[in-house]
Parts: sequence; C-alpha cells; structure tokens
Amino acid sequence: MHPALSVILFTTLSGAGYGLLSWAGLYAIVGYLPNSQLYGFMVMALALGAVTVGLLSSTFHLGHPERAWRAFSQWRSSWLSREGVASCVTYIPAAIFGIGWVFFGAVDGAWAFAGLIVALCSIVTVICTAYIYRSLKTIPSWYNDWVVPNYVALSQMTGALLFAALSNLFGYRLPGLYFLAVVTIVVALACKLGYWRHIDSATPKSTMNTATGLPGNVRLFEAPHTSENYLMKEMGYRIARKHAQKLRQIAMVLAFLIPAGLIATASLVDSGLATVCSVVAAISAMAGVLTERWLFFAEAKHAVTLFYGRTLDQAA
Amino acid sequence: MTSLPQTTGKKLGLVIDLDVCVGCHACAVNCKEWNTGGVAAPLTDLKPYGEDPHGVWFNRIHSYEMNDDDRSRTVHFPRSCLHCEEPACVTVCPTGASYKRSEDGIVLVNEDLCIGCKLCSWACPYGAREFDYDVGVMKKCTLCIDRIYNENLPERDRVPACVATCPTSARSFGDLGDPNSAVSKLVKERGGFELMPEMGYRPTNRYLPPRPKKQFGEHTASPELAPLTPQPGEGFLGWIDRVLSN
Repeated sequence: MHPALSVILFTTLSGAGYGLLSWAGLYAIVGYLPNSQLYGFMVMALALGAVTVGLLSSTFHLGHPERAWRAFSQWRSSWLSREGVASCVTYIPAAIFGIGWVFFGAVDGAWAFAGLIVALCSIVTVICTAYIYRSLKTIPSWYNDWVVPNYVALSQMTGALLFAALSNLFGYRLPGLYFLAVVTIVVALACKLGYWRHIDSATPKSTMNTATGLPGNVRLFEAPHTSENYLMKEMGYRIARKHAQKLRQIAMVLAFLIPAGLIATASLVDSGLATVCSVVAAISAMAGVLTERWLFFAEAKHAVTLFYGRTLDQAA
Repeated sequence: MTSLPQTTGKKLGLVIDLDVCVGCHACAVNCKEWNTGGVAAPLTDLKPYGEDPHGVWFNRIHSYEMNDDDRSRTVHFPRSCLHCEEPACVTVCPTGASYKRSEDGIVLVNEDLCIGCKLCSWACPYGAREFDYDVGVMKKCTLCIDRIYNENLPERDRVPACVATCPTSARSFGDLGDPNSAVSKLVKERGGFELMPEMGYRPTNRYLPPRPKKQFGEHTASPELAPLTPQPGEGFLGWIDRVLSN
C-alpha cells in the first residue's frame, strides 16, 4: 500500500495525543494529577494539538476535503465514519476536563470523572482507527488480530512517554509513571514483534489461482496497460525486503530500545538529567513509531495485485 | 446509506466467457467511449499522449499464461466491477456516497457525496474502483445504468457498452438472480465461477472457464490424401504416357 504521509502523520500524532489524554485522565481519577494550571495547559495543548493536527492532516489526502463533514453519517457500517464520530465526541469530555484543569486548577471530583471519560473515549477512538485497517479482508497483513493491540499499545506508549517528558519539564515526578512507561514499551514491543512474526509466517488464502479462477501455474503474460494506473500507484507500492528488515530494526531501536533505556536511566538519576532523558525518549519514540507506521503501509500487500501477477506472501 | 439492502429484486450482472475472449480490448474501449459521456463522466485521462499516461477505466483486460497438466494456453481476462452481494466497498464508505441499489443490485457511487478518501478502493479485491485525480472522486462501473434502462435506445442496444461491442460475444448481460434467465442457464451449463470466493463478497458476475483442450491422438490424424493426378497405365492416356516416358 502507498504510504501516504498524511495518513502516517494522522495515525501517529493522533495516537500519541489520545494516549497522552488518556494518561492525564487516568492520573486525575486516581488523584495523582498535579493541579497546576500552566502544566495543565501544556498537557492539554500538546494532547489536543497533536490530535487536531493529526485529524486535519488526515483530510489532506481527500479528493474533496470540504465535504469531510459528510464522513460522520455512516457510523452504522463504516469504521472510518465511527472513527470520525468518536474523535469529535472525545473533544467534549476533553474540553470539560481541560476547562477544570486549566481555568480552575481543579482535577478532582466531577472534573476527574470527566478525565476518566476522556481516557475511555480516547482509547475507543484509537480502536476505531485501528479497525479501519483491521477490517480490510483485501490486505492480509492488516486483517488479523495483531493490528488493534498494536495501535492501542503504541498510542498508550507514546502518550506515556510524552506525559513523562512534560511532567519532568514542569518538575513533577508522578508516582508510577516511569514504571508505566516501561510497561507500555514492553507491551508495545511484544505486540509489534508478534505482528511481524505473524505477517511473515501467515499463508494468505488468495492467490493468482483464486483471483483468476484458472488452475495450474498462472503467469501474467500481458498487463492491461503499459504505465501504472491508480490501482498500481495506490495498492501496488513495493518495498525491497532488505530495506524492510533494516527499517524494522531502526523502528525497534528508536521506538522501543532507546526510550526504554532512557526511561530506566531517568528513574535512577536526579531531576535535570531525568528531564533530558525523558524528553529524548519521547522524541525517539515518535520517530520510531513514524518509521513503524510507514512500514505498516509500505509492507502491506493488496489482493488486487494478484491480477498483476504478484503474490500476497510477505516472504516473497 | 452504506448499509446493504437485505435482498435485491434483481441481480443484474455480467457473464464473461474466458474460452471465447480474444483479448481485443474492444469492451474496454467502448466502455471508455460511452462512460466518458455518461453518468460518471468524464473518465479523465491525464497526459494521454505523454510519457506516463494515466486515466480512469472501468474495464481492464489482462492476459495470462496458464499451464495445467503439461498443456499451456493463453487466457484473456477482462476485469471490471462484479457488483457483489456483500460489497465491502459500500459498507466502508463513511459518507454514504457508495451504495448498492435494492431494485437491481447495481453498485454505484454518488459523486456529489464522495469525499475521495479512497477507502472503498482499498476494500475492493477486484480493482473495480479507480480514483479520478482530476475530479477528486472515486469512479466505477455503473453496469451502464444509462444504457440498460434507456428508452431512447432501441431495445437490442439496452445492454452495457462492453456487451454491445464484444465481437466474439464473450460477454453476456442479464439477471443472475433469476435461475431461468439465459445468463443463469449459461453459468449452470458451463460451470461459471466467482472470483476470489474466499473474500466472502459474493460477486454477482460470473466467469466461464476455458473449455478443456481437445485430445489429439492417432485416431484424429487426417487420412492420407489420394494423389490428384490419375495414375499412368490405363487407356489411351496411359499408352501416350508410357510412349512419352520412354
């Protein structure tokens, strides 16, 4: 699949933003969230900013962005529509939670309850995003049970790392946050490794034989057109296997290993160095997840390419 | 609404005979000609005479080499929308632009509602939908809805453009939901099949397999030909022949 920059930015940024929102909401409900208004402003601005920039960038790849509002109508059948609705619904508790925190310095009682709702809505939105891909039978590397846990885990991981970095910048050491950050890194890494192992070993059901209905060895003798059409540009994107392997390693180091090492270091050292460590960890994780997300698209093989003589087998 | 109709009155679709198709691309060309002036018009071509021509077509003709039991052959394979009974291209549409008609099962795009998110093309395994970069909306085969119900055309012309033009009659159009229709009988008789049944999209269109090749054995060899000229040795001409041959 063609790795469109707008969609990669959207899923990465909104994922991190929703992760950050959900951690702030969860810390409020357990009573560990500092009620500093400036800190609250920065957390909410970063979270909602990332979410909003992500959502806006997702409209850049549309043929008619001015009609994007129509996408809220088909939530009964379409995960893309559900994602749109969920993302907008999340703004309501987020606004209530943010107003309490930023304007009144209140993060307890009913305001904290709004935080819990924000956390739930954020996770639901990320699940909807993941299901846009998870539900496509045409792309075996997306149509499997690893996709949704991957999206949720990476969203929670980047959110936790941003939360740790911001909290450190404001001089807050939130109880358990380093531990939670490392846990999310480990979970996300396990999900990603499981995903890669699955797509590398799975045997796709669709072949050139099932696509054409012709038995035996089927080989494309002549393509319908001499230059690439929309289908091949959009669905026929190919990445060399050796590059994919290298990019997987880069994603693994940037998204998981460096942040894990830095957060472990931050938990042991004094506040100045800990701040630097946690900020670098968050930046590294974002770069790693961007690489991972690029690969998620670039490595995905679409069934229509079978008609053009290709295979869906990831190892081929 | 992108929710699917429970049932459709008719199941209009195509039956494509892979045994007969000669891969001439006439269906694709006539489809382009009709539809670039029809309901989905224009079927934009970008740089048609340039180095990298690019355009929207509803029909694409592939040619395959098939090798089965030591016998190989070339099969020409027209590919277009199959007007599925469970079209995921419709259900993934966030705006309601894509829909399946309850009266005849035709899958269409309302271009005025389409935001051009391209998700429907991702959901289609058959490559039936092509994005028009110029207009910014998704386009697809309409089963020539502006021909098949067009009372301004003579009745024999009320078939999709691809069917009307096929010089070998490899394409048939009809109601595949009616077991007594000509197309349904053809499918039954020839063992017509669905493409990628494992997707579960239940395509309406059917393909007819290439007929088995004839076995060429000794018994089918032509008998030895008798010489055309009479053999010498008989009658007056034989006597002359013998005299002159000496």
